[in-house]
Amino acid sequence: MEHTDDYTTEELMQSRKAKKFNLWLGMIGMFMMFAALSSGFIVYTAGGVDKGIKTILPNTFIYSTIVIVFSSLTLHLGYRATKLEQLGKQKLFLLLTIVLGVVFFVLQVDAWSVLVSRDITFINNNASQSFIYVFTGMHLAHIIAGLIVLVRCLWGAMKPIPFPDNQFRMNLATIFWHFLDLLWIYIYVFLLLNQ
Amino acid sequence: MSSTVISHGAAHHDAHDHHQETFLTKYIFSQDHKMIAKQFLITGIVMAVFAMLLSILFRIQLAWPDTDFPILEVFLGKWAEGGRIKPEFFLSLVTIHGTMMVFFVLTAGLSGTFSNLLIPYQLGARDMASPLMNMLSYWFFFTACVIMVASFFVESGPASAGWTIYPPLSSVPTSIPGSGLGMTLWLISMTLFIASQVLGGVNYISTVLNMRTKGMDLWKMPLTIWAFFLTAIVGLLSFPVLVSAVVLLFFDRSVGTSFYLSDLVVQGEILPNEGGSPILFQHLFWFLGHPEVYIVVMPALGLTSEIISTNSRKPIFGYHAMVYSLVGITVLSFIVWGHHMFVTGMNPFLGGVFMITTLIIAVPSAVKAFNYIATLWRGNIRFTPAMMFAIGMVSFFVSGGLTGLYLGNAALDINLHDTYFVVAHFHLVMGSASIFGMLAGVYHWYPKMFGRMMDTKLGYLHFWLTFIGAYLVFFPMHFMGIDGVPRRYYTFTAFPFMDKWISVNLLITWAAIIAGLAQVAFLWNFFASIWKGKKATQNPWNSNTLEWTTPVEHIHGNWPGEIPTVYRWPYDYSKPGHDTDFIPQTVPFSETMSSNLPHDFEGNEEAIRIQNEWNKENNREIIEG
Repeated sequence: MEHTDDYTTEELMQSRKAKKFNLWLGMIGMFMMFAALSSGFIVYTAGGVDKGIKTILPNTFIYSTIVIVFSSLTLHLGYRATKLEQLGKQKLFLLLTIVLGVVFFVLQVDAWSVLVSRDITFINNNASQSFIYVFTGMHLAHIIAGLIVLVRCLWGAMKPIPFPDNQFRMNLATIFWHFLDLLWIYIYVFLLLNQ
Repeated sequence: MSSTVISHGAAHHDAHDHHQETFLTKYIFSQDHKMIAKQFLITGIVMAVFAMLLSILFRIQLAWPDTDFPILEVFLGKWAEGGRIKPEFFLSLVTIHGTMMVFFVLTAGLSGTFSNLLIPYQLGARDMASPLMNMLSYWFFFTACVIMVASFFVESGPASAGWTIYPPLSSVPTSIPGSGLGMTLWLISMTLFIASQVLGGVNYISTVLNMRTKGMDLWKMPLTIWAFFLTAIVGLLSFPVLVSAVVLLFFDRSVGTSFYLSDLVVQGEILPNEGGSPILFQHLFWFLGHPEVYIVVMPALGLTSEIISTNSRKPIFGYHAMVYSLVGITVLSFIVWGHHMFVTGMNPFLGGVFMITTLIIAVPSAVKAFNYIATLWRGNIRFTPAMMFAIGMVSFFVSGGLTGLYLGNAALDINLHDTYFVVAHFHLVMGSASIFGMLAGVYHWYPKMFGRMMDTKLGYLHFWLTFIGAYLVFFPMHFMGIDGVPRRYYTFTAFPFMDKWISVNLLITWAAIIAGLAQVAFLWNFFASIWKGKKATQNPWNSNTLEWTTPVEHIHGNWPGEIPTVYRWPYDYSKPGHDTDFIPQTVPFSETMSSNLPHDFEGNEEAIRIQNEWNKENNREIIEG
């Protein structure tokens, strides 16, 4: 069936703009979730002198922060390559970003084991310490979603899908990944200020 | 931005996604906003009937606490052994009744239906910003419904900690039967539901801001759209907070953390959890929970505005004030949650702050109520069933809203908290008001949804029985509450001071049963009219808004040709000087020279000049005042 007159180019542009806006709204929603956890943490920790993180956060978090900032950089370069229609470069940087994403994931889990070795476990009568796991765990759940998005971009670039689709997809993925990066920095700073 | 560069090939590619319709893509996994709206509505109606039957069951227990009804055992088995509902099951009934009504019927059934139907239609869009997300939104909702209903089939029964699922009842699986698997299913169901609402809400906001047709600036949007838009914003900001609360609750239940738990002895056994705070849950819950009641009532207010104006054949009184009061309610909804927690040992100063913010909500609410009355005043009123329900909505909103002033007062709330006064208050102001708004919407937009009309006589029968029934059910509860009768109590005969209220309970239960039976009139009318109703004309209510410019037969993309352009606001009803009593939004001012007023041109001097010349030539005098 041919329905070429269904959507004009203008309407498609409008719909893309709206979809991108959806992403921004979604990020607001995600941020609200972490804002709720933050305020939950503050209310809980203010509940008594025996509450609070009461430890120095593992150094692994510093490394993971460096890794995720670096991954934002590589994705940025990948997006630039996409805009210049350099498919090979785009794939390379995407792959690099995905690898860095996985490294970030591994480092976060490693930080958990450091905490456990200090007897700071998830099941804990000082729930301020449990909150560290909740913050990082919920963030990692979003990282998984981010990785899926990146793999989908890579898949699109391998096929390859038409240039405008590829670019739109990369654009959204880049925004989302930068958001996850900033979200982690927010969480890290929040925890540092409360340690 | 370069990301908006689009080749023609890509335009084709995207446009083709929606075609080659099969039964599955048209009726089941549809991405069309009109079909999704109908899916939300019908699922919402099914859930409403289910939740209503639950309420009839617990009303039977409340009216006849010492009587056996063997038939109950036939249907409910061990939950009603010997023909009497068990206390544990009674708690499940009130819990699931509340959950389903608040979330599945009045949130998803109301916003899901009418936001999906009207946002693209009234704004002049082909569809939602993301039809895929829209479809997912429905299917998440549907799965949530299935899981919630499924919890009736687990051995320990459905959740029974109340719709607010306060810990520790909700977070210690061994505390009561309903805290077991039923509670887990409740949490899974609600998580899916929240995903559904966020997906839907994101779409609504984005569509309103990005997909309006030419000429449709924000101040030309119908009040329905304003209400859906602000509702979606409230949902987007508050539902994720409930996710956080539920995640922590899940960890407390299933992993053994102590976010909410402390110092507990359950069935002689000391729990290891220490240091948690159940009040923390209440804060997180009510940060969603209070905005949620506005999520429920604001769409109903929006629908009512549109219906009252159309059927009074008058412009809505105070359009801007209506919008600003919705904005006011939106903002205030986030800073009042503490009024649910006055008796939790809250710092009295903090209680005072929450009291003030709460009482301020009376201002925008009163603005709306008065504007409705002013719109009706001297209108050329057409009492269609939709109009009856819309007026009923205002009635409930006022009579339920007034008691909010009592409950919002921290000192009075010490007495009234957790009594039937609260039950009466919220069932009128958000329960009955919202369901009446929703029903008004169903009667009004039915021709748009199904291309046929509903039966008017059955509509009136449905209205009067429901209207009187709802007042008979909820009004007497105020007096019980003032007497200190607590809500959620299983048997009134067990407490001498509550004994005297059994006769009132009897009245309430009979009223509930009759009002429940009245819904059969609606269900018959609704489902039979899909096939047998009178064929609808394109614009059966002589309405101004864009949805009535689409063909009666639903087509993909809504308008066969170009999307119409909008020139004026949606409330030009009975404009002096015009030959009909309505001027659709698509009619340019150049075609209505005999009725234009200077303020129509918003300071466009050239247009005013042309109008003035025309006025002179045609001896038209405008007396401003």
